[in-house]
Amino acid sequence: MKKELLSAMLISALVSPLAIADAVKQGKEIAWSRKKGNCLTCHMMDDGQQTGNSGPPLMAMKARYPDRAKLRQQIWDPTKRNPLTNMPPFGRNKILTEAEIDAVVDYLYSL
Amino acid sequence: MKKVISSALVGTLSLGIAFGVSAGPVEDQAAFQKYYENKFPDTPTADFANGVYSILPTAREQWEAIEEFPPYEIAIEAGEAFYNKTFANGKSLADCFGPDGAVRNQYPKWDSDRGMVVTMELAINECLTANGEKPLKYKKGKITEVTAYMSFNSRGQEVDVKIPSDDPRALAAYENGKEHFYTKRGQLNFACADCHMLTAGNLYRADTTSPGFGHGTHWPVYRSKWQSMGTLHRRFGGCHKNIRANPYKAQGEEYRNLEYFVTYMSNGLTFNGPGARK
Ligand code: HEC
Ligand code: HEC
Repeated sequence: MKKELLSAMLISALVSPLAIADAVKQGKEIAWSRKKGNCLTCHMMDDGQQTGNSGPPLMAMKARYPDRAKLRQQIWDPTKRNPLTNMPPFGRNKILTEAEIDAVVDYLYSL
Repeated sequence: MKKVISSALVGTLSLGIAFGVSAGPVEDQAAFQKYYENKFPDTPTADFANGVYSILPTAREQWEAIEEFPPYEIAIEAGEAFYNKTFANGKSLADCFGPDGAVRNQYPKWDSDRGMVVTMELAINECLTANGEKPLKYKKGKITEVTAYMSFNSRGQEVDVKIPSDDPRALAAYENGKEHFYTKRGQLNFACADCHMLTAGNLYRADTTSPGFGHGTHWPVYRSKWQSMGTLHRRFGGCHKNIRANPYKAQGEEYRNLEYFVTYMSNGLTFNGPGARK
Protein backbone atom coordinates (compact mmCIF):
# COMPACT_ATOMS: atom_id res chain seq x y z
CA MET A 1 0.00 0.00 0.00
CA LYS A 2 2.66 2.42 1.07
CA LYS A 3 4.73 1.48 -1.94
CA GLU A 4 1.81 2.03 -4.27
CA LEU A 5 1.10 5.42 -2.81
CA LEU A 6 4.71 6.34 -3.17
CA SER A 7 4.86 5.30 -6.78
CA ALA A 8 1.62 7.09 -7.48
CA MET A 9 3.10 10.24 -6.02
CA LEU A 10 6.24 9.70 -8.00
CA ILE A 11 4.29 9.27 -11.20
CA SER A 12 2.22 12.37 -10.65
CA ALA A 13 5.38 14.28 -9.89
CA LEU A 14 7.06 13.05 -13.04
CA VAL A 15 4.13 13.04 -15.41
CA SER A 16 2.61 16.41 -15.98
CA PRO A 17 -1.18 16.78 -16.14
CA LEU A 18 -0.69 17.56 -19.80
CA ALA A 19 0.94 14.21 -20.40
CA ILE A 20 -1.94 12.42 -18.69
CA ALA A 21 -4.44 14.30 -20.81
CA ASP A 22 -2.41 13.21 -23.80
CA ALA A 23 -2.52 9.58 -22.74
CA VAL A 24 -6.29 9.80 -22.27
CA LYS A 25 -6.68 11.29 -25.71
CA GLN A 26 -4.44 8.65 -27.21
CA GLY A 27 -6.29 5.93 -25.32
CA LYS A 28 -9.56 7.18 -26.69
CA GLU A 29 -8.23 7.06 -30.23
CA ILE A 30 -7.01 3.51 -29.74
CA ALA A 31 -10.23 2.39 -28.07
CA TRP A 32 -12.42 3.90 -30.77
CA SER A 33 -10.38 2.98 -33.83
CA ARG A 34 -11.88 0.12 -35.84
CA LYS A 35 -8.38 -1.11 -36.59
CA LYS A 36 -7.29 -1.10 -32.95
CA GLY A 37 -9.60 -1.55 -29.96
CA ASN A 38 -12.91 -1.15 -31.76
CA CYS A 39 -14.52 -1.27 -28.31
CA LEU A 40 -17.61 0.55 -29.62
CA THR A 41 -18.49 -2.60 -31.54
CA CYS A 42 -19.71 -4.01 -28.26
CA HIS A 43 -19.71 -1.25 -25.64
CA MET A 44 -21.53 2.00 -25.13
CA MET A 45 -18.93 4.41 -23.88
CA ASP A 46 -18.37 8.12 -23.69
CA ASP A 47 -20.20 9.95 -26.49
CA GLY A 48 -19.63 7.15 -29.03
CA GLN A 49 -22.26 6.77 -31.74
CA GLN A 50 -23.61 3.57 -33.31
CA THR A 51 -22.35 1.44 -30.51
CA GLY A 52 -23.14 -2.24 -30.13
CA ASN A 53 -24.62 -3.86 -27.07
CA SER A 54 -22.88 -7.19 -26.67
CA GLY A 55 -20.83 -5.88 -23.77
CA PRO A 56 -21.96 -3.75 -20.82
CA PRO A 57 -21.79 0.07 -20.98
CA LEU A 58 -18.41 1.32 -19.76
CA MET A 59 -18.82 4.07 -17.21
CA ALA A 60 -17.63 5.07 -13.74
CA MET A 61 -14.68 2.79 -14.35
CA LYS A 62 -12.48 4.18 -11.57
CA ALA A 63 -15.20 3.71 -8.99
CA ARG A 64 -15.97 0.22 -10.25
CA TYR A 65 -12.38 -0.88 -10.73
CA PRO A 66 -10.36 0.79 -7.96
CA ASP A 67 -7.67 -1.83 -8.68
CA ARG A 68 -6.16 -0.71 -11.96
CA ALA A 69 -4.47 -4.07 -12.50
CA LYS A 70 -7.84 -5.80 -12.53
CA LEU A 71 -9.16 -3.49 -15.21
CA ARG A 72 -6.02 -3.97 -17.24
CA GLN A 73 -6.34 -7.74 -16.91
CA GLN A 74 -9.93 -7.57 -18.22
CA ILE A 75 -8.58 -6.03 -21.43
CA TRP A 76 -5.41 -8.06 -21.64
CA ASP A 77 -7.28 -11.37 -21.39
CA PRO A 78 -10.98 -11.32 -20.52
CA THR A 79 -11.17 -15.10 -20.94
CA LYS A 80 -9.40 -15.38 -17.58
CA ARG A 81 -12.53 -14.15 -15.87
CA ASN A 82 -14.97 -15.77 -18.27
CA PRO A 83 -13.66 -18.41 -20.69
CA LEU A 84 -16.81 -18.10 -22.81
CA THR A 85 -16.73 -14.34 -23.18
CA ASN A 86 -16.80 -12.96 -26.70
CA MET A 87 -14.56 -10.06 -25.75
CA PRO A 88 -11.25 -10.45 -27.59
CA PRO A 89 -8.05 -11.00 -25.55
CA PHE A 90 -6.33 -7.77 -26.61
CA GLY A 91 -3.05 -8.45 -24.84
CA ARG A 92 -2.75 -12.22 -25.05
CA ASN A 93 -3.48 -12.22 -28.79
CA LYS A 94 -1.38 -9.10 -29.38
CA ILE A 95 -4.25 -7.13 -30.85
CA LEU A 96 -2.94 -4.11 -28.93
CA THR A 97 0.58 -3.49 -27.63
CA GLU A 98 1.26 -3.24 -23.89
CA ALA A 99 1.66 0.55 -24.22
CA GLU A 100 -1.62 0.84 -26.13
CA ILE A 101 -3.42 -1.14 -23.43
CA ASP A 102 -2.01 1.22 -20.79
CA ALA A 103 -3.33 4.20 -22.73
CA VAL A 104 -6.75 2.56 -23.05
CA VAL A 105 -6.81 2.01 -19.29
CA ASP A 106 -5.93 5.69 -18.75
CA TYR A 107 -8.84 6.56 -20.99
CA LEU A 108 -11.23 4.17 -19.22
CA TYR A 109 -10.26 5.75 -15.90
CA SER A 110 -11.41 9.08 -17.26
CA LEU A 111 -14.92 7.74 -17.93
CA MET B 1 -0.76 -22.83 -27.86
CA LYS B 2 -1.84 -25.33 -25.25
CA LYS B 3 -3.78 -22.61 -23.54
CA VAL B 4 -5.53 -21.65 -26.75
CA ILE B 5 -6.56 -25.23 -27.33
CA SER B 6 -7.79 -25.78 -23.82
CA SER B 7 -9.85 -22.60 -23.74
CA ALA B 8 -11.34 -23.55 -27.09
CA LEU B 9 -12.16 -26.92 -25.65
CA VAL B 10 -13.76 -25.43 -22.57
CA GLY B 11 -15.91 -23.35 -24.89
CA THR B 12 -16.97 -26.28 -27.00
CA LEU B 13 -17.57 -28.58 -24.11
CA SER B 14 -19.52 -26.22 -21.94
CA LEU B 15 -21.68 -25.16 -24.86
CA GLY B 16 -22.24 -28.81 -25.60
CA ILE B 17 -23.31 -29.47 -22.07
CA ALA B 18 -25.37 -26.32 -21.83
CA PHE B 19 -27.40 -27.34 -24.86
CA GLY B 20 -27.54 -30.98 -23.87
CA VAL B 21 -25.79 -32.18 -27.00
CA SER B 22 -24.03 -35.46 -26.67
CA ALA B 23 -26.41 -38.03 -28.03
CA GLY B 24 -26.08 -37.30 -31.74
CA PRO B 25 -27.19 -35.13 -34.66
CA VAL B 26 -30.93 -35.66 -34.12
CA GLU B 27 -30.73 -34.48 -30.53
CA ASP B 28 -28.31 -31.68 -31.48
CA GLN B 29 -30.76 -30.43 -34.04
CA ALA B 30 -33.73 -30.44 -31.68
CA ALA B 31 -31.77 -28.61 -28.96
CA PHE B 32 -30.36 -26.11 -31.47
CA GLN B 33 -33.73 -25.19 -32.93
CA LYS B 34 -35.35 -25.02 -29.51
CA TYR B 35 -32.67 -22.64 -28.30
CA TYR B 36 -33.63 -20.08 -30.96
CA GLU B 37 -37.34 -20.67 -30.54
CA ASN B 38 -36.98 -19.88 -26.83
CA LYS B 39 -34.68 -16.92 -27.42
CA PHE B 40 -36.99 -15.38 -30.02
CA PRO B 41 -40.50 -16.40 -28.93
CA ASP B 42 -42.10 -13.84 -31.29
CA THR B 43 -40.58 -15.45 -34.39
CA PRO B 44 -42.68 -18.17 -35.99
CA THR B 45 -40.36 -21.13 -36.60
CA ALA B 46 -40.65 -21.08 -40.40
CA ASP B 47 -39.58 -17.44 -40.41
CA PHE B 48 -36.03 -18.21 -39.29
CA ALA B 49 -35.38 -18.85 -42.98
CA ASN B 50 -35.37 -15.05 -43.35
CA GLY B 51 -32.17 -14.53 -41.41
CA VAL B 52 -31.78 -11.39 -39.37
CA TYR B 53 -35.13 -10.09 -40.65
CA SER B 54 -36.88 -12.83 -38.71
CA ILE B 55 -35.97 -11.01 -35.50
CA LEU B 56 -35.74 -7.35 -36.61
CA PRO B 57 -39.16 -5.88 -37.43
CA THR B 58 -37.71 -2.47 -38.29
CA ALA B 59 -35.20 -3.69 -40.86
CA ARG B 60 -37.75 -6.12 -42.17
CA GLU B 61 -39.89 -3.42 -43.77
CA GLN B 62 -36.94 -2.10 -45.75
CA TRP B 63 -36.06 -5.62 -46.78
CA GLU B 64 -39.59 -6.37 -47.95
CA ALA B 65 -39.47 -3.23 -50.08
CA ILE B 66 -36.19 -4.43 -51.61
CA GLU B 67 -37.70 -7.84 -52.30
CA GLU B 68 -40.33 -6.21 -54.49
CA PHE B 69 -37.65 -5.34 -57.02
CA PRO B 70 -35.17 -8.05 -56.14
CA PRO B 71 -31.54 -7.20 -56.83
CA TYR B 72 -30.90 -10.85 -57.70
CA GLU B 73 -33.35 -10.92 -60.60
CA ILE B 74 -30.69 -10.25 -63.24
CA ALA B 75 -28.62 -13.07 -61.82
CA ILE B 76 -31.53 -15.50 -62.17
CA GLU B 77 -31.94 -14.57 -65.84
CA ALA B 78 -28.23 -14.85 -66.58
CA GLY B 79 -28.20 -18.15 -64.72
CA GLU B 80 -31.04 -19.50 -66.82
CA ALA B 81 -29.18 -18.69 -70.02
CA PHE B 82 -26.01 -20.35 -68.74
CA TYR B 83 -27.98 -23.33 -67.51
CA ASN B 84 -29.45 -23.98 -70.96
CA LYS B 85 -26.35 -23.17 -72.98
CA THR B 86 -25.08 -26.19 -74.87
CA PHE B 87 -21.58 -27.33 -74.09
CA ALA B 88 -19.06 -28.04 -76.85
CA ASN B 89 -20.11 -31.71 -76.57
CA GLY B 90 -23.76 -30.85 -77.20
CA LYS B 91 -24.90 -31.43 -73.63
CA SER B 92 -25.82 -28.85 -70.98
CA LEU B 93 -26.25 -28.49 -67.23
CA ALA B 94 -29.79 -29.76 -67.76
CA ASP B 95 -28.31 -33.17 -68.56
CA CYS B 96 -26.94 -33.27 -65.01
CA PHE B 97 -29.69 -31.53 -63.05
CA GLY B 98 -32.91 -31.93 -65.06
CA PRO B 99 -34.82 -29.44 -67.17
CA ASP B 100 -35.20 -26.72 -64.49
CA GLY B 101 -32.42 -27.47 -62.03
CA ALA B 102 -34.81 -27.62 -59.09
CA VAL B 103 -32.51 -29.83 -57.03
CA ARG B 104 -31.65 -27.52 -54.13
CA ASN B 105 -33.04 -29.92 -51.53
CA GLN B 106 -30.57 -32.63 -52.61
CA TYR B 107 -27.62 -30.62 -51.27
CA PRO B 108 -25.46 -30.63 -49.29
CA LYS B 109 -25.39 -34.41 -49.48
CA TRP B 110 -23.19 -37.18 -48.24
CA ASP B 111 -21.48 -39.07 -51.05
CA SER B 112 -20.60 -42.43 -49.56
CA ASP B 113 -18.68 -43.58 -52.63
CA ARG B 114 -16.16 -40.80 -52.17
CA GLY B 115 -16.62 -40.31 -48.44
CA MET B 116 -17.24 -36.57 -48.67
CA VAL B 117 -19.89 -33.87 -48.50
CA VAL B 118 -21.01 -32.67 -51.92
CA THR B 119 -22.53 -29.18 -52.17
CA MET B 120 -24.58 -27.86 -55.07
CA GLU B 121 -21.72 -25.60 -56.22
CA LEU B 122 -19.31 -28.52 -56.24
CA ALA B 123 -21.79 -30.68 -58.17
CA ILE B 124 -22.20 -27.93 -60.78
CA ASN B 125 -18.46 -27.71 -61.35
CA GLU B 126 -18.15 -31.48 -61.51
CA CYS B 127 -20.84 -31.51 -64.18
CA LEU B 128 -18.97 -28.85 -66.12
CA THR B 129 -15.58 -30.52 -65.97
CA ALA B 130 -17.03 -33.97 -66.70
CA ASN B 131 -18.31 -32.47 -69.93
CA GLY B 132 -15.04 -30.83 -70.82
CA GLU B 133 -16.08 -27.33 -69.75
CA LYS B 134 -14.12 -24.96 -67.51
CA PRO B 135 -15.11 -24.93 -63.80
CA LEU B 136 -16.47 -21.73 -62.23
CA LYS B 137 -14.97 -19.73 -59.36
CA TYR B 138 -16.68 -20.53 -56.08
CA LYS B 139 -17.31 -17.25 -54.27
CA LYS B 140 -18.95 -14.86 -56.71
CA GLY B 141 -19.74 -14.30 -60.38
CA LYS B 142 -21.14 -16.98 -62.71
CA ILE B 143 -21.53 -19.59 -59.99
CA THR B 144 -24.00 -17.34 -58.15
CA GLU B 145 -26.01 -16.85 -61.33
CA VAL B 146 -26.40 -20.58 -61.92
CA THR B 147 -27.23 -21.26 -58.27
CA ALA B 148 -29.62 -18.28 -58.19
CA TYR B 149 -31.53 -19.83 -61.09
CA MET B 150 -31.52 -23.31 -59.59
CA SER B 151 -32.41 -22.08 -56.10
CA PHE B 152 -35.22 -19.92 -57.45
CA ASN B 153 -36.72 -22.94 -59.18
CA SER B 154 -36.35 -24.88 -55.94
CA ARG B 155 -38.14 -22.39 -53.73
CA GLY B 156 -40.51 -24.09 -51.33
CA GLN B 157 -38.53 -27.31 -51.03
CA GLU B 158 -37.92 -28.47 -47.49
CA VAL B 159 -34.42 -28.46 -46.02
CA ASP B 160 -33.80 -32.12 -45.32
CA VAL B 161 -30.09 -32.82 -45.02
CA LYS B 162 -29.38 -36.45 -44.26
CA ILE B 163 -26.58 -37.99 -42.21
CA PRO B 164 -26.67 -41.65 -43.18
CA SER B 165 -26.28 -43.78 -40.09
CA ASP B 166 -24.59 -46.60 -41.99
CA ASP B 167 -21.48 -44.54 -42.75
CA PRO B 168 -19.45 -43.36 -39.76
CA ARG B 169 -17.52 -40.97 -42.03
CA ALA B 170 -20.71 -38.95 -42.54
CA LEU B 171 -21.07 -38.50 -38.81
CA ALA B 172 -17.40 -37.54 -38.60
CA ALA B 173 -17.91 -34.84 -41.26
CA TYR B 174 -20.89 -33.53 -39.33
CA GLU B 175 -18.92 -33.54 -36.07
CA ASN B 176 -16.11 -31.66 -37.78
CA GLY B 177 -18.53 -28.96 -38.94
CA LYS B 178 -20.08 -28.81 -35.51
CA GLU B 179 -16.73 -28.41 -33.81
CA HIS B 180 -15.89 -25.63 -36.22
CA PHE B 181 -19.11 -23.79 -35.36
CA TYR B 182 -18.46 -23.87 -31.62
CA THR B 183 -14.68 -23.36 -31.51
CA LYS B 184 -13.17 -19.95 -30.86
CA ARG B 185 -10.58 -18.91 -33.44
CA GLY B 186 -8.77 -15.98 -34.95
CA GLN B 187 -6.93 -13.15 -33.29
CA LEU B 188 -10.24 -11.82 -31.98
CA ASN B 189 -11.06 -15.20 -30.51
CA PHE B 190 -14.63 -15.75 -31.70
CA ALA B 191 -16.66 -18.83 -32.45
CA CYS B 192 -19.50 -18.72 -34.97
CA ALA B 193 -21.70 -19.60 -32.03
CA ASP B 194 -20.55 -16.51 -30.09
CA CYS B 195 -22.17 -14.18 -32.62
CA HIS B 196 -24.89 -16.33 -34.16
CA MET B 197 -26.04 -18.23 -31.09
CA LEU B 198 -25.09 -16.79 -27.70
CA THR B 199 -25.39 -13.15 -28.78
CA ALA B 200 -27.62 -13.62 -31.83
CA GLY B 201 -29.78 -10.52 -32.14
CA ASN B 202 -27.23 -8.30 -30.40
CA LEU B 203 -25.73 -5.28 -32.04
CA TYR B 204 -22.12 -5.30 -33.16
CA ARG B 205 -21.74 -1.65 -34.02
CA ALA B 206 -24.63 -1.13 -36.40
CA ASP B 207 -25.03 -4.82 -37.35
CA THR B 208 -27.42 -7.18 -35.66
CA THR B 209 -26.25 -10.78 -35.86
CA SER B 210 -28.67 -13.28 -37.35
CA PRO B 211 -29.73 -16.51 -35.66
CA GLY B 212 -27.67 -19.50 -36.83
CA PHE B 213 -30.98 -21.32 -37.32
CA GLY B 214 -31.72 -20.42 -40.94
CA HIS B 215 -28.18 -19.86 -42.16
CA GLY B 216 -28.37 -22.46 -44.92
CA THR B 217 -31.66 -21.70 -46.68
CA HIS B 218 -31.34 -18.68 -48.94
CA TRP B 219 -28.15 -18.85 -50.98
CA PRO B 220 -26.78 -17.25 -53.06
CA VAL B 221 -27.34 -13.80 -51.60
CA TYR B 222 -27.26 -10.31 -53.06
CA ARG B 223 -25.57 -8.34 -50.32
CA SER B 224 -25.75 -4.56 -50.46
CA LYS B 225 -22.38 -4.29 -48.76
CA TRP B 226 -20.81 -6.42 -51.52
CA GLN B 227 -22.84 -4.76 -54.25
CA SER B 228 -22.94 -8.22 -55.77
CA MET B 229 -24.02 -11.80 -55.29
CA GLY B 230 -22.06 -14.20 -53.14
CA THR B 231 -22.12 -17.84 -52.08
CA LEU B 232 -22.40 -19.21 -48.57
CA HIS B 233 -18.70 -19.98 -48.56
CA ARG B 234 -17.91 -16.38 -49.50
CA ARG B 235 -19.85 -15.37 -46.39
CA PHE B 236 -18.02 -17.92 -44.22
CA GLY B 237 -14.76 -16.39 -45.42
CA GLY B 238 -16.02 -12.88 -44.67
CA CYS B 239 -16.95 -13.80 -41.09
CA HIS B 240 -13.54 -15.39 -40.67
CA LYS B 241 -11.79 -12.27 -41.89
CA ASN B 242 -13.84 -10.17 -39.49
CA ILE B 243 -12.47 -12.10 -36.56
CA ARG B 244 -8.99 -12.02 -38.10
CA ALA B 245 -8.86 -15.73 -38.73
CA ASN B 246 -7.50 -17.13 -41.98
CA PRO B 247 -10.43 -18.03 -44.20
CA TYR B 248 -10.46 -21.58 -45.53
CA LYS B 249 -10.77 -22.38 -49.21
CA ALA B 250 -14.26 -22.08 -50.66
CA GLN B 251 -15.49 -25.63 -51.31
CA GLY B 252 -12.57 -27.13 -49.42
CA GLU B 253 -13.36 -29.86 -46.93
CA GLU B 254 -13.55 -27.55 -43.92
CA TYR B 255 -16.28 -25.29 -45.35
CA ARG B 256 -18.18 -28.18 -46.94
CA ASN B 257 -18.37 -29.85 -43.54
CA LEU B 258 -19.38 -26.55 -41.94
CA GLU B 259 -22.16 -26.18 -44.53
CA TYR B 260 -23.23 -29.76 -43.80
CA PHE B 261 -23.62 -28.95 -40.11
CA VAL B 262 -25.18 -25.51 -40.57
CA THR B 263 -27.73 -26.70 -43.12
CA TYR B 264 -28.57 -29.84 -41.15
CA MET B 265 -29.36 -27.56 -38.19
CA SER B 266 -31.93 -25.82 -40.42
CA ASN B 267 -33.76 -29.02 -41.40
CA GLY B 268 -37.50 -28.43 -41.52
CA LEU B 269 -37.21 -24.87 -42.84
CA THR B 270 -37.91 -24.06 -46.47
CA PHE B 271 -35.35 -23.26 -49.15
CA ASN B 272 -35.99 -19.65 -50.19
CA GLY B 273 -32.98 -18.57 -52.21
CA PRO B 274 -31.73 -16.47 -53.74
CA GLY B 275 -31.83 -13.92 -50.94
CA ALA B 276 -31.15 -10.24 -50.35
CA ARG B 277 -29.31 -8.95 -47.31
CA LYS B 278 -27.93 -5.65 -46.10
C1 HEC C 1 -16.85 -8.28 -29.39
C2 HEC C 1 -17.26 -7.76 -28.16
C3 HEC C 1 -16.36 -6.90 -27.33
C4 HEC C 1 -15.35 -6.02 -27.70
C5 HEC C 1 -14.85 -5.68 -29.09
C6 HEC C 1 -14.86 -5.45 -26.47
N1 HEC C 1 -15.54 -5.97 -25.40
FE1 HEC C 1 -15.29 -5.47 -23.46
N2 HEC C 1 -16.73 -6.83 -22.89
C7 HEC C 1 -17.46 -7.58 -23.77
C8 HEC C 1 -18.38 -8.42 -23.00
C9 HEC C 1 -19.38 -9.40 -23.59
C10 HEC C 1 -18.16 -8.13 -21.64
C11 HEC C 1 -18.89 -8.72 -20.44
C12 HEC C 1 -17.97 -9.55 -19.61
C13 HEC C 1 -17.81 -10.95 -20.08
O1 HEC C 1 -18.26 -11.35 -21.17
O2 HEC C 1 -17.17 -11.73 -19.36
C14 HEC C 1 -17.10 -7.12 -21.62
C15 HEC C 1 -16.61 -6.56 -20.45
C16 HEC C 1 -15.71 -5.50 -20.42
C17 HEC C 1 -15.27 -4.85 -19.23
C18 HEC C 1 -15.74 -5.16 -17.81
C19 HEC C 1 -16.99 -4.35 -17.65
C20 HEC C 1 -17.61 -4.47 -16.30
O3 HEC C 1 -18.70 -3.90 -16.16
O4 HEC C 1 -17.04 -5.08 -15.42
C21 HEC C 1 -14.38 -3.87 -19.59
C22 HEC C 1 -13.66 -2.90 -18.69
C23 HEC C 1 -14.26 -3.93 -21.03
N3 HEC C 1 -15.08 -4.94 -21.49
C24 HEC C 1 -13.45 -3.10 -21.79
C25 HEC C 1 -13.27 -3.20 -23.17
C26 HEC C 1 -12.36 -2.39 -23.92
C27 HEC C 1 -11.49 -1.30 -23.35
C28 HEC C 1 -12.45 -2.81 -25.24
C29 HEC C 1 -11.66 -2.35 -26.42
C30 HEC C 1 -10.26 -2.19 -26.29
C31 HEC C 1 -13.45 -3.86 -25.26
N4 HEC C 1 -13.91 -4.07 -24.00
C32 HEC C 1 -13.84 -4.52 -26.42
C33 HEC C 1 -17.37 -7.59 -25.15
C34 HEC C 1 -16.46 -6.85 -25.88
C1 HEC D 1 -17.94 -11.13 -34.58
C2 HEC D 1 -19.20 -11.60 -34.98
C3 HEC D 1 -19.33 -12.75 -35.96
C4 HEC D 1 -18.69 -13.97 -35.98
C5 HEC D 1 -17.66 -14.54 -35.03
C6 HEC D 1 -19.24 -14.70 -37.10
N1 HEC D 1 -20.16 -13.93 -37.74
FE1 HEC D 1 -21.35 -14.52 -39.28
N2 HEC D 1 -22.14 -12.65 -39.39
C7 HEC D 1 -21.86 -11.59 -38.54
C8 HEC D 1 -22.60 -10.42 -38.96
C9 HEC D 1 -22.58 -9.05 -38.26
C10 HEC D 1 -23.32 -10.78 -40.11
C11 HEC D 1 -24.25 -9.90 -40.95
C12 HEC D 1 -25.61 -9.82 -40.33
C13 HEC D 1 -26.33 -11.14 -40.41
O1 HEC D 1 -26.10 -11.97 -39.51
O2 HEC D 1 -27.05 -11.40 -41.37
C14 HEC D 1 -23.03 -12.21 -40.34
C15 HEC D 1 -23.61 -12.98 -41.36
C16 HEC D 1 -23.46 -14.35 -41.49
C17 HEC D 1 -24.20 -15.18 -42.41
C18 HEC D 1 -25.25 -14.68 -43.41
C19 HEC D 1 -26.60 -14.71 -42.80
C20 HEC D 1 -27.69 -14.41 -43.81
O3 HEC D 1 -28.87 -14.48 -43.43
O4 HEC D 1 -27.40 -14.18 -44.97
C21 HEC D 1 -23.78 -16.47 -42.23
C22 HEC D 1 -24.27 -17.71 -42.96
C23 HEC D 1 -22.78 -16.45 -41.18
N3 HEC D 1 -22.62 -15.14 -40.74
C24 HEC D 1 -22.11 -17.57 -40.70
C25 HEC D 1 -21.06 -17.51 -39.80
C26 HEC D 1 -20.22 -18.64 -39.47
C27 HEC D 1 -20.42 -20.06 -39.99
C28 HEC D 1 -19.27 -18.18 -38.61
C29 HEC D 1 -18.07 -18.89 -38.07
C30 HEC D 1 -17.17 -19.43 -39.04
C31 HEC D 1 -19.55 -16.78 -38.35
N4 HEC D 1 -20.62 -16.41 -39.10
C32 HEC D 1 -18.85 -15.98 -37.47
C33 HEC D 1 -21.03 -11.64 -37.43
C34 HEC D 1 -20.23 -12.73 -37.09
